[in-house]
Amino acid sequence: MIPEFEKFKGFKAKSIPKEEIVSSGHRGCQGCGEVLALRMAMKALGKDIIVCSATGCMEIITSPYPHTAWNVPWIHVAFENAASVASGVEAARKVLARKGRIPKKHVDVVAIGGDGATGDIGLQWISGAMERGHDFVYICLDNEAYMNTGVQRSGCTPYGAMTTTSPPGKQSIGQVTWKKNIPQIMVAHNIPYVATASPAYFLDLMNKVKKAALVKGPAYVHIYSPCPTGWGSAGERSIEFARLAVETRVFPLYEVIEGRYIISRKINKPKPVTEYLKGQRRFRHLGEEEIQYIQRRVDAEYERLVKLAEMT
Amino acid sequence: MTKRVGMEVSIAVAEAAKLARAEVIPAYPITPQTHIVEHLSEIIADGELDAEFVPVESEHAAMSCCVGAAAAGARVFTSSSSQGLSLMSEILYIPSTMRLPMVMAVVNRALSAPISIWNDHQDIMVQRDIGWIQTFAENGQEAVDLTLHAFRVAEMKSVHLPVAVNLDGFILSHVIEPIELPDQEDVDKYLPRFKPRYKLDPRKPISMGPVGIPEIYTEAKVAHDRAIKNSKKMIVKAWKEFAEIFGREYHPIESYRTEDADLLLVTMGSISETAMTAVDAMRDRGEKVGLVRIRLWRPFPGLEFRKAIGKAKILAVVDRCLPPGAVCGPVGAEIRSFLYKIPGAPKIFSFVAGLGGRDVTVERFEEMVDKARAYAKKRPRELYEVIGVREQ
Repeated sequence: MIPEFEKFKGFKAKSIPKEEIVSSGHRGCQGCGEVLALRMAMKALGKDIIVCSATGCMEIITSPYPHTAWNVPWIHVAFENAASVASGVEAARKVLARKGRIPKKHVDVVAIGGDGATGDIGLQWISGAMERGHDFVYICLDNEAYMNTGVQRSGCTPYGAMTTTSPPGKQSIGQVTWKKNIPQIMVAHNIPYVATASPAYFLDLMNKVKKAALVKGPAYVHIYSPCPTGWGSAGERSIEFARLAVETRVFPLYEVIEGRYIISRKINKPKPVTEYLKGQRRFRHLGEEEIQYIQRRVDAEYERLVKLAEMT
Repeated sequence: MTKRVGMEVSIAVAEAAKLARAEVIPAYPITPQTHIVEHLSEIIADGELDAEFVPVESEHAAMSCCVGAAAAGARVFTSSSSQGLSLMSEILYIPSTMRLPMVMAVVNRALSAPISIWNDHQDIMVQRDIGWIQTFAENGQEAVDLTLHAFRVAEMKSVHLPVAVNLDGFILSHVIEPIELPDQEDVDKYLPRFKPRYKLDPRKPISMGPVGIPEIYTEAKVAHDRAIKNSKKMIVKAWKEFAEIFGREYHPIESYRTEDADLLLVTMGSISETAMTAVDAMRDRGEKVGLVRIRLWRPFPGLEFRKAIGKAKILAVVDRCLPPGAVCGPVGAEIRSFLYKIPGAPKIFSFVAGLGGRDVTVERFEEMVDKARAYAKKRPRELYEVIGVREQ
């Protein structure tokens, strides 16, 4: 087990840090589940961090010069390379600390990116940084499409979803591929900590982000991030959809600690996926046949996860 | 007093980065740059340099890592070539406008297609407008000295820009030359500890790389343009300091036998040494030929260039890059536009030579001089000519 976890007791609702790392006044859409998740994640990390942000919604809404929502050192370089930028920051701090040029006090280096920045265009950069073993945390805020550019499909867009580049039509049901499993790709890098999290379970989310920071070496947290604008869902229902995604087993919450799978929230009596799908305009066109397919595959993937947890 | 020893130029450049006490070195292998980064990784593995060698998975990642490390306040060095430099391209523009100092040795090599590992200047000319200070070395000693100079200039408070030191692949990088490596003590005197103007530090949080809305983007770019233009006097100052400590003098533009010359060859990089031999041979025959060599390419030292060409009537500009469909090569185009409508400006002919490792011999320089003289009498249809093409 990870020795750093022993002293960590976990956050309590009453003891959530009051300090805001991502301050209000940013330009997020109403009901944005992503910035909510980001806010909680940053609260978990506190002020002794350096954030390296990929291009995307979170970068755009927090940094229109001369304004900034960031109360911690923050850098944005490009779309695909947040993990490499974080590698550079981490390497620099290592050598500067060794030379006595900066305080020895540990500072967490955090890279953040959306699902496109993480799973599509940036996959190589993240893979490289993970493989090299830099001591940093990568947080993927997955809203399941390229929302910043106007809702185009990504490799993380779920099966059947309508986006501006996976439109349903006479010859297509929308997104024809199944969601790429980025956390599993990260597990394959043999890094010490991988977790999935959801803003609907905010204490669990904060605990996982904190554990990712505590662990020595690379850590990865994949956070489900509802996007009312891109999903065609009501802004006030973002957290509800985040919860339904877990309760229907569409987005299971788990940790992989040194290769060992732990399901954070076992869903023994799952709600039918239709409860999750309805109310989101991106799934409105799906027929009974597609919904059945999604149900079967969601169940099969969950069973596989249960087996992985039993095996490891 | 340091002594000259025979040394491969790549090894010497790596030793220069070591003498400069580079702290973070992200690098990805590409021929002909490899010996530089191999040697640096050895130096670090042997504990001779306290630095982090980050063996990244691509050149794009290398430059991204450089940006992160420089933003965190470390002294950063990397090296690349050709396709690797092109892969970095997206990121190259970023540290310069963000004003993050770093040094890159660009070991010049041709660009695909067809794939070629051999030397020309197409790789860096594609990156002409990245907003880095760019210098070109003529020989091994100069490659070493320009590397040290690059760190000094990059980190000057009023400059704070990345610097690319260009050295020709194989022709320079892989040859053994007599090189004088300076003493560590002198280098430490020349290169004080890097104190960045700003860095990522939780004690004093700043946001770097924010969104440039239309109200601010132009100003950001103008500030960068002014910074690199103003850097010229600091570049010259750093060369003066260099001469005082190490005894070797460098200037933005170098002249060779230009006095009373009516025709001047204009070169960059290692072909200049062959050009000098050609000038000597032609001078021996009584031809009034000289050579002007551009060492500082960005910022372009216009005033120094104008002074160097004096009253010459004809310029034969040699480009080692062929931009298809363009008016002429980039160096030729630069000089043409700089001298346009200046009273008494010389006639300019642009030659492209030495692509993808093709030798540029003394005879080729003589051919260029003869052709430039002929074209001064009768203007050719094209403003450039590729020298040494084998016709079927």
